Amino acid sequence: MQESVPLNYYLILSAIFFVMGAVGVLTRRNAIIIFMSIEMMLNAVNLTFVSFSSYNSDPAGQMFVFFVMAVAAAEAAIGLAIVLALYRNQQTVYVDKVNLMKW
Amino acid sequence: MLGLDQFIAELNKSISMFLPETALVIAFLVALLLDLMFKKSKNLTGYTALIGFLVTGYFLFKQMNMQSTAFSNMFVIDQFGIFMKWVILLSSIGVVLISFFTNELYEKAKGVGEYFTLIIGMAFGMFLLVGSSNLIIIYLAIETMSLSSYVLAGYTKEVKRASEASLKYVIFGAVSSGIMIYGISILFGLTGSLNLFEINRFLAANPVNNFALFLSVIMILSGFGYKISAVPFHFWTPDVYEGAPVPITAYLSVASKAAGFAILLRFFKVTFLDSVPGNDSVWTLLGSIDWHFVIAILAVLSMTLGNLVALWQTNVKRILAYSSIAHAGYMLMAVSTMDDAGVASVLIYFFMYMVMNLGAFYVVALIANNIGSEEIDDYNGLGYRAPILGICMTLFLISLTGLPPTAGFIGKLYVFSAVVKAGYIWLAVVGVINSVISLFYYVKIFRNMYLNDVDSNKSKLTYSPASIVLLFVFAIPTLYLGIFFNDIVKWASYSANIFMGK
Repeated sequence: MQESVPLNYYLILSAIFFVMGAVGVLTRRNAIIIFMSIEMMLNAVNLTFVSFSSYNSDPAGQMFVFFVMAVAAAEAAIGLAIVLALYRNQQTVYVDKVNLMKW
Repeated sequence: MLGLDQFIAELNKSISMFLPETALVIAFLVALLLDLMFKKSKNLTGYTALIGFLVTGYFLFKQMNMQSTAFSNMFVIDQFGIFMKWVILLSSIGVVLISFFTNELYEKAKGVGEYFTLIIGMAFGMFLLVGSSNLIIIYLAIETMSLSSYVLAGYTKEVKRASEASLKYVIFGAVSSGIMIYGISILFGLTGSLNLFEINRFLAANPVNNFALFLSVIMILSGFGYKISAVPFHFWTPDVYEGAPVPITAYLSVASKAAGFAILLRFFKVTFLDSVPGNDSVWTLLGSIDWHFVIAILAVLSMTLGNLVALWQTNVKRILAYSSIAHAGYMLMAVSTMDDAGVASVLIYFFMYMVMNLGAFYVVALIANNIGSEEIDDYNGLGYRAPILGICMTLFLISLTGLPPTAGFIGKLYVFSAVVKAGYIWLAVVGVINSVISLFYYVKIFRNMYLNDVDSNKSKLTYSPASIVLLFVFAIPTLYLGIFFNDIVKWASYSANIFMGK
């Protein structure tokens, strides 16, 4: 039988992805790139779910992934609509320029 | 394995217990259709929403004493959930009524059809969240309510602040729900299940890695903490509260917080309760992590930061935003006791908080209708230009501070007594000091209304008689519940028992 990749590798990979996404959210200033980083975080979570699900041989984790994907699509749709509304109002998509309200 | 007949019987039973939520979904669809068919009508979906909420209330009333699980343990119906659902339902009705009297909505947005439809959608998400006992449902319910509220926060598209609020809300919301599901995935890997009852059984039977458990629960807490706007997950709160239309601000501060607290309490009790000692009213928790302390820290941070930052604010909606963070802190204090007395006091507090907070925001909306501003300096002399609004606002603010003879006092009394009874004297002391600090910024609002700039040259404020009637709907209970609170207390103590499955 072929030797399978240990669970740890998947978890470390997904943790790296998650952190990359989180760092992207914190450092990027363009709202659309922030949304891309959030997608990366969500996909890191999906990877964790799938690897645990296959390790525990429990399909519930893979089921969760479908829901996460569906919700992520909805969230992206709403997020982009909001960015559009913001652009019409303030002619920018950079979050550091959007600062009418502080503290 | 279940046979087909058994499965269908189980499904029928589940659907019969899911009637309030079904009524909300049907109201949502009807409102959506009516909005498409009658583009011209002004408030048609609003009335549909009200009728939908009343039907929901009827089904909820018929469920009053039920205790059961539905959809193969995915969803729980119990007295605790039903109390929270009443809070959510009543505040939804209140928010729809407040919306009718908010000019901002009708002037700064293209029609309010979708607005009321989305409110029904949000109420559905909260109902689902309150009763969920499976991590998938928790995630989906949080997203259902979040997605509606992102749109609602930016509903007045022409207002620059609203679209900014909406953007901030959606970014913080997406990140915190991302962190939450990462926590869920770790918990799933650790315990091999997504069902809270099974996770509880697994934790009772097997030792798990403390660090991984702690990490996953903290990550899940970030999702709940975002909903209840507890520090350090509160960053969105002041901006969104300031930018969003007033009724939505009120809704976020009451109903969405109620749903967040409901799931927080249910998650902790169902996941961590050790059922061996047999006494459920004082929870014995599984594992060696001190969850009391974790929640107590969140409570202290929320109270202190909320109250201290509120002192420097100049916008009334922002002051109320920070005050709502502080109120989340008071309630977290009761959560940290982790016993049924604490749960009961959270329920009592929520009922009182609903009445007084909706009232306070409603006065802000009525004043903004007239003077078009929410800055505290523009409130100067309003006590004389609008006597009824001034008196009611004073009443709500006194109640928010927690002074007798108002509803807020009873809420705080029960929270503090639950905390003291559980032996957390230091926590209660911090809470009392915070209440004293909060008095300062609440007084600032009505000091401006009565003592500053009292020249009677400015015109009186105008408001319709109907809007005053609605104001009394909030003001009278605020006084009444401060004196005759026995029924609520009895109902809350009866509802404090969170269902543990089986």
